[in-house]
Amino acid sequence: MPNSATAGAFLLILAIVLPVSGVLLSLVLGGRHAERIALILMPAGLAVALTIAAAVWRTHNVLQYFVGNWSPPLGVAFRADGLSAAMMVTAAVLICGIGLFARGQFPSPQQSELRAPLVFWTLLPAVWGALNAVFIGGDLFNLYVALELLTFAAVPLVSLDGRAETLAAALRYLLFALLGSILYLLGAVLLYGAYGTLDIVLLSGHIQAGPIAWAAISLMTTGLLAKAALYPFHLWLPPAHAGAPAPASAILSGLVVKAPFFLVIRLWFDIMPRMPEPAAAQVLGILGAAAILVGSVVALRQVRLKLLIAYSTVAQIGYLFLMFPLAIKPEMGDPWNTTAWTGGVLQAISHAFAKAAMFMAAGLIAEALGHDRIAGLSGIGRALPITVFAFALGGVSLMGLPPSGGFVAKAMLLTAAVAEGQWWWAVVVLVGGLLAGGYVFLVLARALADASQPLTLLSPISPSRQGVVVALAVCAVLLGFIPLRPLELLQIGRPDIAVGGIR
Amino acid sequence: MSDAILYGLCGAVLVGLGLFGLIVHPQPLRKILAFNLIGGGVFLLFGVVARRGAAAGFGGDPVPHALIITGIVVAFAATALAIALLLRLFRETGRTTLGSDG
Repeated sequence: MPNSATAGAFLLILAIVLPVSGVLLSLVLGGRHAERIALILMPAGLAVALTIAAAVWRTHNVLQYFVGNWSPPLGVAFRADGLSAAMMVTAAVLICGIGLFARGQFPSPQQSELRAPLVFWTLLPAVWGALNAVFIGGDLFNLYVALELLTFAAVPLVSLDGRAETLAAALRYLLFALLGSILYLLGAVLLYGAYGTLDIVLLSGHIQAGPIAWAAISLMTTGLLAKAALYPFHLWLPPAHAGAPAPASAILSGLVVKAPFFLVIRLWFDIMPRMPEPAAAQVLGILGAAAILVGSVVALRQVRLKLLIAYSTVAQIGYLFLMFPLAIKPEMGDPWNTTAWTGGVLQAISHAFAKAAMFMAAGLIAEALGHDRIAGLSGIGRALPITVFAFALGGVSLMGLPPSGGFVAKAMLLTAAVAEGQWWWAVVVLVGGLLAGGYVFLVLARALADASQPLTLLSPISPSRQGVVVALAVCAVLLGFIPLRPLELLQIGRPDIAVGGIR
Repeated sequence: MSDAILYGLCGAVLVGLGLFGLIVHPQPLRKILAFNLIGGGVFLLFGVVARRGAAAGFGGDPVPHALIITGIVVAFAATALAIALLLRLFRETGRTTLGSDG
């Protein structure tokens, strides 16, 4: 890796500075302008993310920027590899979609200033900036700050409507997140004490298997799991994600929980690629499998649509962690299975699109009916066909039916499981798919049934908002049509020891 | 016992006490205080770690000090946010607990 900033690296700073200056401007100019500022930022931020991805793809190298031209270990580096670029584009597309959708839900009043729209339109770019900082951060302490910024931006989104139960959900979410980040910081401190640097690339060169490294990595991983809501740390997620307004739920479930997962990948594959620990990876896999089974079964028993979707998030997060036992191989010379790794990352991206679409579809249904009880959904399929179609498309990706992003991701995990003879993970993937089919069918069967009495919608739902939801759901499906070559983008900047082609 | 080990042990005890409080106490206010206790322990450890720079002929490594200041600011902001949420919850419901399971 070159030890200097690369051309075009200022884009990385732009990816953070643009949203943050949007937040500051919104605070200064006041609530009525917040929406306009966010709407201006959306195409600009999307353009920056796409340019970064194009630059990484073209040069086949890592974009690198040193703040103030001080190179690590003294300075702070920002780096965008293929994985960062893919996650940044995902975040940018989703934020644009969610922003367009939210215009109908949080219209800024002409005269006065309303709390919910002001907070939403100010925090939308805040979440975006924090996400970008997580995706391109190259320094463990900087990543800690980015994670905390993300938490501070995400927690108020839970309690936008100020009801007592959402306040309690937000507080519980914050407490879990704080425990997670302080454990992460403790691990980072131990690493600094042992190796004298917090830079990811420098650390990966110095780190050696030993008690300090293991203690640090375990602490950091545990902290990140609490933030990613992996079973058994999932208790905070359903009330928080189900209680938030629909666009906020889409951000939280689609993007915010992916940031700690992204950092677990950084820890396990970038910082310590040369010290594979199959036993620890199996533990992550077992927690993931438990999340899939428990989350799916509890989702089947929900009576409210948004809670069902939230428990499905718990289950789908489990799939992400199946990539660790499958990608980290026991044989020393051959520690990395690219198929499983790519499958895990693709699952994160396709779940982001699918789950955002499903939460927003549920939000439209709740707006139209005034409730989101699954038992009372009869006839909604006739009243809001496009919305229900979007929900079904998202469900297709969750189940892993072809053709969808979820199918390709789960097929890759299955392939890796079978190829390595770890067939029990394959069983978990298949059972999880069946259970997902169960809870999606439960909703669709109700929604497509004829109503006993004619359905009266509380408020008309604008076609443009339904269009946005369908567009995001179609994105989740289209991911399954991507020929495998663009997936090479994900491999740019990975250590050389990543072996095994994408099959 | 050298100073560094003494400070390190103090930090570890603080982290342990805080972790215990965070898990055992049901009241959010106590959990918030416990989080700050863990934070204090972590910052103390970080301060001890700064002594490693002494080997290179310096009195201490300045980088951890800068990071501790940043960390304190972040922990302060987190505490403020948590207290604000708790106060709002108290005003809405008149209770300071998180329901039956909290």
